[in-house]
Amino acid sequence: MEIGYYPGCALHGSSADYEMSVRACLGALGVSLRELDDWICCGATAAHCLNHKLAVALPARNLALAERDGLKDLLAPCPMCSMELLKADRAMARDPALRRKMAEIVELPIAGKTRVCNLIQVLYEVGLQRIAEQAQVRLETFKPACYYGCLLTRPADVLRFDDAEQPRSMENLLTALGAQPVDWNYRTECCGAGMTMANETTVLELSHKILSNAAAHGANCLVVACPMCHVNLDMKQADIERRFGMAHGMMVYYLSDLVGLALGLDQATLGINRHFVVRK
Amino acid sequence: MTMPLDLSTSLVESLAHTRLRDCYQCGKCSAGCPAAERMDLLPNQLIRLVQLGRVEKALRAEAIWECVSCMTCTSRCPKAVDCAGVLDALRQLAAQHGLVPASQHRTLVFQQAFLDNIRRNGRLAELELVGHFKTKAFLGDLNLPLLMKDAFLAPKLLKRGKLHLLPGKVKDRAVVERIFQRCQEPTNGVP
Ligand code: SF4
Ligand code: SF4
Repeated sequence: MEIGYYPGCALHGSSADYEMSVRACLGALGVSLRELDDWICCGATAAHCLNHKLAVALPARNLALAERDGLKDLLAPCPMCSMELLKADRAMARDPALRRKMAEIVELPIAGKTRVCNLIQVLYEVGLQRIAEQAQVRLETFKPACYYGCLLTRPADVLRFDDAEQPRSMENLLTALGAQPVDWNYRTECCGAGMTMANETTVLELSHKILSNAAAHGANCLVVACPMCHVNLDMKQADIERRFGMAHGMMVYYLSDLVGLALGLDQATLGINRHFVVRK
Repeated sequence: MTMPLDLSTSLVESLAHTRLRDCYQCGKCSAGCPAAERMDLLPNQLIRLVQLGRVEKALRAEAIWECVSCMTCTSRCPKAVDCAGVLDALRQLAAQHGLVPASQHRTLVFQQAFLDNIRRNGRLAELELVGHFKTKAFLGDLNLPLLMKDAFLAPKLLKRGKLHLLPGKVKDRAVVERIFQRCQEPTNGVP
């Protein structure tokens, strides 16, 4: 199976480990990714904060490129990208005049035929049973706190994926692979997302609460499906520890890392050795 | 020259594509907001101000820059008010009219530097963004620790293959520039 792939800026930059992991994991499951040719940034928080037209136009250009290249499914492993793409898609579906205007702005027709999806959805399309059958390693030693954060499931009417308040898709997948996900309270609380540089204090405070709550409920690692969650919880973990004067030492995996390990891939192939927090 | 402010409830509604009148002040948006404890006015209070036509007071609030755009409020609103969208509209107007409180300039500077960066490159060049943001923030409030803070991070990122000194650029950067021009908003006293 080949699907379209919108990496977004993070996966081609400071979250290069996420791209490695996604490619390796999906590759092992027979899903190959065709990168969208000449994709541009979705605009992220900056565009929707400062310019509502740009916040539709930038994702619209990418949707139009996908249509031009005949990509029916477009995987955007970053939830910020996938939400921005889906929001623009919905805004144009609701307002034909906006669609016409956007087609002029981005210089390509946009019929609204692309289906944008996240990593979890692609894994579910492959199928839990198939993944479990193909698995070579039981994830028995893993007690992950599955962390969805904000934009994977919200807003529900835009994403139409899992339950916005009580999602279970990651837990169900990892349970099928032998892991023992813990119950905890911060599964859908935001870590501060893309505010890492703009508003660092908020990010450190929110992320500290998430790490603490996961540990208090017996988790021995966190699992995320978002590059920004990973930056805030993994890369910034040392800053969090310094600020709050305590050690977390919490490994933070991408979902594709754990699925990849179950499929028998090694740490280096998945980019796990590139994380900031590593197992001692 | 500054233009007289024409800031009405309907202007915010049209920017946010949502019906503010529907809000009945249940407070659910504020109850779940992760940034609430850092806000001078809560999300439902901002909405109330706009409902009452006191838009300028909402625009001057620190709160709109403390929001982390997590969409919790929008997701939970029983009246389908896009509260996060309202905060977007307020931020855009506050920036356009130069009403951002000095204590929140850093966030604005970052978002502007981000947009400038993708306008030039089509995609985010992270290293360049960090450089521009820090220089601008430093010139703004002479915050030396901020300027130096992540200097030690770069080698660690490089070692992990997480930093690209020459990031891949978009081939058709001219179209990106044209898109930006067509989406240009009139500005008034942006700092
Ligand atoms: S949740 Fe909705 S109805 Fe309730 S106060 Fe917030 S915006 Fe108003
Ligand atoms: S989007 Fe902003 S206002 Fe709404 S809940 Fe999140 S932080 Fe609070």
